[in-house]
Amino acid sequence: MVEPILSVRDLVTYFRPEEGVVRAVDGASFDLHAGRTLGIVGESGCGKSVTARSILRIVERPGRVEGGEILLRRADGRVVDLAKLDDKSQEMRNIRGGAIGYIFQEPMSSLSAFHTVGNQIIEAIRLHRKLTAKEARERAIELLQLVGIPQPQQRVDSYSFELSGGLRQRVMIALALAAEPGILIADEPTTALDVTTQAQILELIRRLQAERHLAVILITHDMGVIAEMADSVAVMYLGKIVESGPVDAIFHAPRHPYTQALLRSIPSVLAAPRSRLATIAGSIPHPYARPPGCPYYPRCHSFMAGVCDKSTPPVNRIDAAHEVRCFLYGAATETAA
Amino acid sequence: MSGAVADQAVPLVTAAEEKIAIASQLQLTWWRLRRHRLAVASGVLVILFYLVAVFADFLAITSPHATNSARSYIPPQTIHWFDEDGSFKPHVYALKGRRDMRTFKLVYAPDPSDKRYLAWFVEGYGYELFGLIATKRHLLGIDRGVPEDALFLLGTDQLGRDVWSRLMLATRTSLTIGLVGVALSLFLGVLLGGISGLYGGAIDTVIQRIIEVLRSIPTIPLWMGLAAALPNDWSVIQVYMAITVIISLIGWTELARVVRGRFLALREEDFVTAAELAGASRLRIIFRHMVPSFMSHIIAAISLALPAMIISETTLSFLGLGLRPPAISWGVLLQDAQDIQALALAPWLLVVAVPVIVVILAFNFLGDGLRDAADPYG
Amino acid sequence: MIAYIVRRLILALLTIWAISVVTFVIIQLPPGDFVDAYIVQLSASGSVVRFEEAQALRQLYGLDQPVWVQYGKWIIRVVQGDFGASMEWNRPVTEVIGDRLWMTIVISFAAIIITWGIALPIGIYSAVRQYSFADYIFTFVGFVGIAVPNFLLALIIMYFGFKLFDLNIGGLFSSDYQLAPWSWGKVWDLMKHLPLPAVILALAGTAQLIRIMRANLLDELRRPYVTTARARGLVEWRAVMKYPVRAALNPFASTIGYLLPFVVSGSIVISLVLSLPTVGPLLLRALLAQDMFLAGTIVLLLGILTVIGTFISDLILMWIDPRIRAGMHE
Ligand SMILES: Nc1ncnc2c1ncn2[C@@H]1O[C@H](COP(=O)(O)OP(=O)(O)OP(=O)(O)O)[C@@H](O)[C@H]1O
Ligand SMILES: [Mg+2]
Repeated sequence: MVEPILSVRDLVTYFRPEEGVVRAVDGASFDLHAGRTLGIVGESGCGKSVTARSILRIVERPGRVEGGEILLRRADGRVVDLAKLDDKSQEMRNIRGGAIGYIFQEPMSSLSAFHTVGNQIIEAIRLHRKLTAKEARERAIELLQLVGIPQPQQRVDSYSFELSGGLRQRVMIALALAAEPGILIADEPTTALDVTTQAQILELIRRLQAERHLAVILITHDMGVIAEMADSVAVMYLGKIVESGPVDAIFHAPRHPYTQALLRSIPSVLAAPRSRLATIAGSIPHPYARPPGCPYYPRCHSFMAGVCDKSTPPVNRIDAAHEVRCFLYGAATETAA
Repeated sequence: MSGAVADQAVPLVTAAEEKIAIASQLQLTWWRLRRHRLAVASGVLVILFYLVAVFADFLAITSPHATNSARSYIPPQTIHWFDEDGSFKPHVYALKGRRDMRTFKLVYAPDPSDKRYLAWFVEGYGYELFGLIATKRHLLGIDRGVPEDALFLLGTDQLGRDVWSRLMLATRTSLTIGLVGVALSLFLGVLLGGISGLYGGAIDTVIQRIIEVLRSIPTIPLWMGLAAALPNDWSVIQVYMAITVIISLIGWTELARVVRGRFLALREEDFVTAAELAGASRLRIIFRHMVPSFMSHIIAAISLALPAMIISETTLSFLGLGLRPPAISWGVLLQDAQDIQALALAPWLLVVAVPVIVVILAFNFLGDGLRDAADPYG
Repeated sequence: MIAYIVRRLILALLTIWAISVVTFVIIQLPPGDFVDAYIVQLSASGSVVRFEEAQALRQLYGLDQPVWVQYGKWIIRVVQGDFGASMEWNRPVTEVIGDRLWMTIVISFAAIIITWGIALPIGIYSAVRQYSFADYIFTFVGFVGIAVPNFLLALIIMYFGFKLFDLNIGGLFSSDYQLAPWSWGKVWDLMKHLPLPAVILALAGTAQLIRIMRANLLDELRRPYVTTARARGLVEWRAVMKYPVRAALNPFASTIGYLLPFVVSGSIVISLVLSLPTVGPLLLRALLAQDMFLAGTIVLLLGILTVIGTFISDLILMWIDPRIRAGMHE
């Protein structure tokens, strides 16, 4: 098996405001391979964005990466643990944008309203490449062209508020790719857009990935997007990856009750025609009040009293690539072993 | 339920969470405020000040209007806490006044042989407690003779009036003028801000423009102009009311802004929409749902508006355009300390600055804490 | 953009009109009219005015007509630059005011420059290092700045200047230059005297602006575009200075609309304490003497100057905000 380009092991990121502790990411692990797309999926608030920001070490205070490893394989073959780097170090700054590009959830507010889009792209280019202002501008226009913005020569001088949401997200993509990183993290890149634009942006990401052999982490809560884009999937719930595996396995043989519930809640995949759309019972607990044991047990239909609420379920391997964190599968693997 | 046998530490946390989840907006504000220690301490201080206002006459020693040219500009006295035998008997020395033959000024020398012991709950000038109960009791006095002759904790002014006693009564005037002014501003602010935020459209635009116009006029010259026009023969009460009105005519804009902002924000909120969908009447929505949810904002805005009112009154009176003698307020007292000659002669007159600064500071801390607590993310 | 300018201009004119009405009210408020006061003054100096003469005077000034006609006549004269005569000084109001208006502008302007010069860096520092020791100190000093009315501050400083250094810190000129005509020496003398009153005047506003800048910047620091800037590898201080500070500068700049009236008001009061040759002492004296044309004119001119200042600051604001330039919103 090829070495992953990015490997996250037991990542722990907590927010510690005065009121208590928010365990936003609580022991998440996953691998990302070059040229592949990893989909991270989960309900709102389960820690997807915080995971992504932890990788770049840009979690805002009072949050902090408190444990685990984030192993990044650099272009020269070295492996660095981003979790151990100083978040203000030169190396970390080179990695941001240089090795890992990041597209944000909100294209509306992710660009400065007081600077032209060109200004921001040129800045991103020159941070990582030794180019003159003029060359960088040329490059910025090329990038805008690449992400499919019409009339890039003019657009380079416009302000973000003069662009539509779709164009803005394209600018964000151009910005993320400005220094030709090997990894692209796209945090719900289409949530704020209308359906047609969504499809176009996803198509663009797919095209760029193929052209540049990018490794993509695609964060979403839309199982449909996952089905269309991802090679492998990590299902996240309350800061933990509860199930991960190849996209086929997740869709056709989901093991974790949460994954099963998620799949039932999308219209087309498993539900019978004209049946009521299923929703997941209950709601996400308050961030300060995570249940002990398996975080999902209060909403789980296979809840086993005295087991699930007692201790955290271990990671159980279904097969080489398919893992699940659930007591339901513990016995099976033990006997198999 | 098996959840009951779970680990001891965990349910404790969850109980706290549940408490947060069901608390009302005002309760939440109060909890957050309690953590803000400076604000709480300031709140206590403000309450103490208002107690002084309520019991001003009781705390005063001598009649604040009693003049005596023989007691002009007596400096503050030192209190001797212990008697010669070491027992705790606070006393002051009686003063002997004598005219300096070169400067023709009165100079006072304490006479150690003539001790005057402090006494509690003594009889003094008559007044009406709470405006109802006629009494002559005062907190502090001396055991023999009248305090007018011997007890000057903070000295006297040019006319020989006791600064301590005047300060007590000034506190009453200045603090209540703030209250009345804020009440008036609040009425105008809630009314106009509420209309503005509730109806929106053209009415909102008009009110917003009025506020903008009012805010872009320098207030002091305006107040001065209006205050100077008050007839000279008006009584203290009339002037008091007129000054309050003048100050609040301009002070309401900030409150209106806050109220309007809350109305606009709340109109969008789910629970208001839900109540509307459920068919609740508009008035019911306002009073059952909206007003409670922004009470804390209003309280915060009030505690920030009060010190502004107090400063306004003090400034106007200081200029001689606000309250005039015989009324006593902080501004009126500061007027005596207006020029450098007076200050050089009697620097203790500046003592009035202390309560002014302390109370305004306390209001600001309190208001800031309240605002933070009402809207930690705003 | 044009629409924006026009809107601001209309608002400015509206404000000036409102000020003129209030001014007129102030002039009219004292019992009796201007002719009564004039008669009193004349009789004090020995001359007697007959009833017919008084009526003629009233007709001349239109005092026998309805109030709104009087207002109209007054405003027409004002627009022509005729502000009436000061009764106390027996001279045209404009002559009495003279340099004092300019001194008011100079000192207010100096106070605003100081306010911004101090508030901007401290506000940025306090936001970026929120809850640091220095932030607490600045916050506390800021509170004190807000809590101490500036006339009181002036009094206290004056007292200690006198007590500790035997200094008389009043005035804007040394006695040599007090009555001298303008020269470079006099300007330099003014420069030497200006800082103290300007700082006293600036303190409360500075404290307020620090709080505004701090709050604005804290707000902006939370926005996604800052994270975006960090995510492309920008050094932290540059990510802060280039984006959120730039964004927070706009609401900060717009505070001049409130700062200007505030400072002008303050200058009136501290001028009295520090006996500065601004319109402040003149206004007080005119009001106490019920010299209403003089007082009214001062209120009117102060108001108009403030409105003009605010209007200019609006134009600057428009110029630095690309969203307004593009005609997006106000
Ligand atoms: N600055 C912060 N301070 C405190 N808690 C935070 C902060 N940012 C995020 N969190 C908490 O971290 C948890 C995870 O948030 P995150 O933004 O990663 O969710 P998400 O999965 O990306 O959700 P969404 O789909 O809505 O984007 C949430 O419970 C949130 O309350
Ligand atoms: Mg997110």
